[in-house]
Amino acid sequence: MHTDLSHYKEILIKGVWRENPVAYQVLGICSALAVTVKMSTALVMSIALTLVAAFSGLIISSLRNWIPSNIRIIVELTVIASLVIITDQILKAFLYDISKQLSIFVGLIITNCIILGRAEAFAMANNPADSFVDGIANGLGYSMILVAVAFLRELLGSGQFFGFSVIPQFLYDMGFQDMGIMVLAPGAFFIIGLLVWLKNSLPGVSHEKK
Amino acid sequence: MGDLLSLFVNSVFIGNILLAYFLGICSFIAVSKTIETATGLGFAVIFVLTVTSPVNWLIYHGLLAPGALSWAGFPEMDLSFLKFITFIAVIAAIVQAVEMVIDRYSPLLYASLGVFLPLIAVNCAILGTSLFMVERNHTFVESVVFGAGSGTGWMLAIVSMAAIRKKVRYADVPAGLDGFGFIMIIAGLMAMTFMMFSGITL
Repeated sequence: MHTDLSHYKEILIKGVWRENPVAYQVLGICSALAVTVKMSTALVMSIALTLVAAFSGLIISSLRNWIPSNIRIIVELTVIASLVIITDQILKAFLYDISKQLSIFVGLIITNCIILGRAEAFAMANNPADSFVDGIANGLGYSMILVAVAFLRELLGSGQFFGFSVIPQFLYDMGFQDMGIMVLAPGAFFIIGLLVWLKNSLPGVSHEKK
Repeated sequence: MGDLLSLFVNSVFIGNILLAYFLGICSFIAVSKTIETATGLGFAVIFVLTVTSPVNWLIYHGLLAPGALSWAGFPEMDLSFLKFITFIAVIAAIVQAVEMVIDRYSPLLYASLGVFLPLIAVNCAILGTSLFMVERNHTFVESVVFGAGSGTGWMLAIVSMAAIRKKVRYADVPAGLDGFGFIMIIAGLMAMTFMMFSGITL
């Protein structure tokens, strides 16, 4: 039994940084980009995804010895979909405005490759506690990229941070303008591309060739 | 008729499910290495979307929507929260059925499309289209047109991406940008060109 803290720390670091879902495993950006126009939506989406990843890891791992291997994908999808329904209902009850803005993208957590990928690769082969930590780690890794993209898009696109204007007025007086392209779809593609470039250029990160 | 045409053009270009809503990017990146496979997957997506979108419309409006069960004596029933799990099950079942039918009756078509069909079941573009169809209150006919239009737009994007990747294969890209980052920047430029269609009204 691995009960020491360093073991969990290892799983966390692996998920958050070394094998970061978006940049390294090239997974899960499907739903990541459409909600990154503003920090508030990106943050709520990140929390929702991290919780779904953690609990799906916990539940699937607890069930792993009873799931017949030829129907395992369906069982995994059912567990994930049920968790997403609960998340969606909670958001509708307590954060109605944000759930309206997230529109269909909470539902799309079901087909998010990170969740199903971790269920397949990790939760089916490891104990529940490890899988829970692994879900949190991968969720946090995803959140990091999502929030970074949202920060840049909201700052450059509308000069705001969580809805508050942060670009000082004298910059606008000097001729600075918000970059309209950043709040549109292409801005998200450019920022992701540049972030991946930045991450690949940092030391200690191996990067894949095309 | 004009409305339907405009909905189709809108879902192919301006509201392109891939370049404007970021749906189906996983397979967009993985399968755009050659034009042949991109075309194959594109046709498979068009087909599956045109079938799943109306089927999910029937299920949603016949069983799940608020008040839809009044024929069975439950006028107060609102099962719309079940739409996620229902849609994903319907999509997986349809994809499986389509795969078996194609395998039985057209081995040739199966050889070219078969490998992509399992991949499509978890493609977020498929689930996303069904969810958009509910959210935008499309009618039954609109749901068919919307499904076909979204599929066509997705295919147009992936085939163009495969063609561009073929052209830039020997381009001298900076080391860290090579691969995924470069593809995202190309996708950004493509998204900009697709946005230019937004001035068109029919």
